[in-house]
Amino acid sequence: MFKFIILAMLLGGLISPLVSADKSITQLGMALSEAEIKKYSITIFPNGTNLPIGQGSVQQGETLYKNQCMMCHGEEGIEGPAARLVGSDGWFSFSDPLRVLRIKEYPVLLISVGSLWPHATTVFDYIRRAMPHYAPKSLTNDEVYALTAYILYLNDLVDEDVLLDKKHILEVIMPGKERSISAWQDTTK
Amino acid sequence: MKKTFINSVAAGGLLDRRSFLLSGLALSASYSLSTLAAPKDLQTNIGESLPIWMKTPGRNATEYGQPSPYEKHIKRHLEKNSPETATFSIWHTPIENQRGIITPSGLHFSVNHNGIPDITPEKHQLLIHGLVDKPLKFDIESLMRYPIVSNINFLECAGNTAPNAVSFNALDQSCQELYGQLSGSEWSGIPLKYLLQEAGVKPKAKWVIAEGADGGSHARSIPLSKLLDDAIVALYQNGERLRSSQGYPMRLFVPGWEGNVNVKWLHRLEVTDRPAFTKDESGLYSDVLDSGKIQRFSFHMDVKSVITHPSGKQVLPEKKGFYEISGLAWSGYGKIKQVEVSADGGKTWTKAHLDSPILSKSLTRFHIPWQWPGSATTLLSRATDEFGRVQPTRDQWRERYASHSFNHYNGIQAWRVSRNGVVENSYV
Repeated sequence: MFKFIILAMLLGGLISPLVSADKSITQLGMALSEAEIKKYSITIFPNGTNLPIGQGSVQQGETLYKNQCMMCHGEEGIEGPAARLVGSDGWFSFSDPLRVLRIKEYPVLLISVGSLWPHATTVFDYIRRAMPHYAPKSLTNDEVYALTAYILYLNDLVDEDVLLDKKHILEVIMPGKERSISAWQDTTK
Repeated sequence: MKKTFINSVAAGGLLDRRSFLLSGLALSASYSLSTLAAPKDLQTNIGESLPIWMKTPGRNATEYGQPSPYEKHIKRHLEKNSPETATFSIWHTPIENQRGIITPSGLHFSVNHNGIPDITPEKHQLLIHGLVDKPLKFDIESLMRYPIVSNINFLECAGNTAPNAVSFNALDQSCQELYGQLSGSEWSGIPLKYLLQEAGVKPKAKWVIAEGADGGSHARSIPLSKLLDDAIVALYQNGERLRSSQGYPMRLFVPGWEGNVNVKWLHRLEVTDRPAFTKDESGLYSDVLDSGKIQRFSFHMDVKSVITHPSGKQVLPEKKGFYEISGLAWSGYGKIKQVEVSADGGKTWTKAHLDSPILSKSLTRFHIPWQWPGSATTLLSRATDEFGRVQPTRDQWRERYASHSFNHYNGIQAWRVSRNGVVENSYV
């Protein structure tokens, strides 16, 4: 036994303390608590994971929209200059004779939330994390539900009398979903 | 005499790549003969006819050097926006003023969806949680003790060159306006696999939602396999800590993939089994195909090239002059294998010389000498990468996408040269 330890010490002395570069032994991560995760974990998933309790109506959303959103997104959610919220994507929309000119001015108006986005949960997620642009994260969960309801209403995706909450938002069928395909093919597995 | 050195290798005046060097020797020989000085008057001092900077002591250097004041016009260009959209800003690199493959950090292109946050580094942390054995947080002091790797890579916005994708007529724009959402840098940081392995990724995990600490909490869903392959948490760019507009104190760097997934001001990585369909992967960074389908998660920036010298809005100074055509090629899949150049609108093509180093997922510099015949013509470049991916023509590219789809455009660029030497964006 004693011999064994001496042998190990001798061997240890011969081996350099440098280790191979691909075997990182630096382990300096600190434990992250459940409370900290909860504080920062704001991503809403299409299956409803992380949706908070709360509710909002189209009417409440309209008032909020007029006060906090309209100056950038336009009265109907199509005029811009900020990203288009309502309508179908594409150059040729005969209902809007000025569309080509508008697109030339603000190319982002080519595509809209209503036409391209596949999940209503993303509308809630993005408003809550990033809107309004000048004061992100300032809206309550009820206000975010109300604004989401109003934008969906402008796109004819919910009825005027809907009271949007974590259950109803998952029932909304977005036009962008059926058209979606993924370019990502994982070839490593 | 000079002409005997010049070997034409294709129509339109493209020359063997050694031509420039040989004719240059001939030129310099004749120049030095004509400048032999006449004997000087012994009474005058040697400084009399010299410029002032050769006769006065210079100033001291400063703590942080700036470009020469005479280069002040070389600057980023802000894409038109409005007060309402000012925090969503797109700054283009003056790529036609760059030589080599490295973009100065201060000129690196910058797209900010919600402005540039002012982050106190001591208070910034990187969180890893979700489908991991041990949720972890890292401060910058500890991250600095991890092994740091460095790679020279290009970064390109998915929307680079969008005007040529969607505009009916070729807009008279410069290389900076058309191609300026492209830059090259040496990025240094910690391989993300070290941090993910430390947290212990669960077998079910397939995606990671990467999020920034900016006002808009920019977020993208990224396949785990790519992050384990070659992504880094970048702390340094071109040898110094990141610039604020590049994500200080840290950004995700995902080589070869569209700029938008290289999340700046990185603060959270949520390991999941599915994508989150964040704002940008739901709309702006998806591609509408000719079939009407909406293609999502098209991460790679495909093989592409552009002649930077000469390029849009420039004028060739000498009729029938001798010029060194030079440009950049890159592929998000790997190394550039060859770049062909045409000086007759695509009728004939010649391989350009590729400068070393030719690195994977990096800008590669090409050049070829050209004797402009003095007539109107069109210059083109066509890149091929190591996997045989070749740049499509504009028409071929447009066949795949809806007429208003503008992301991931990599069609062959055409620069029209007029009889007067004016270089202009064009379609062939």
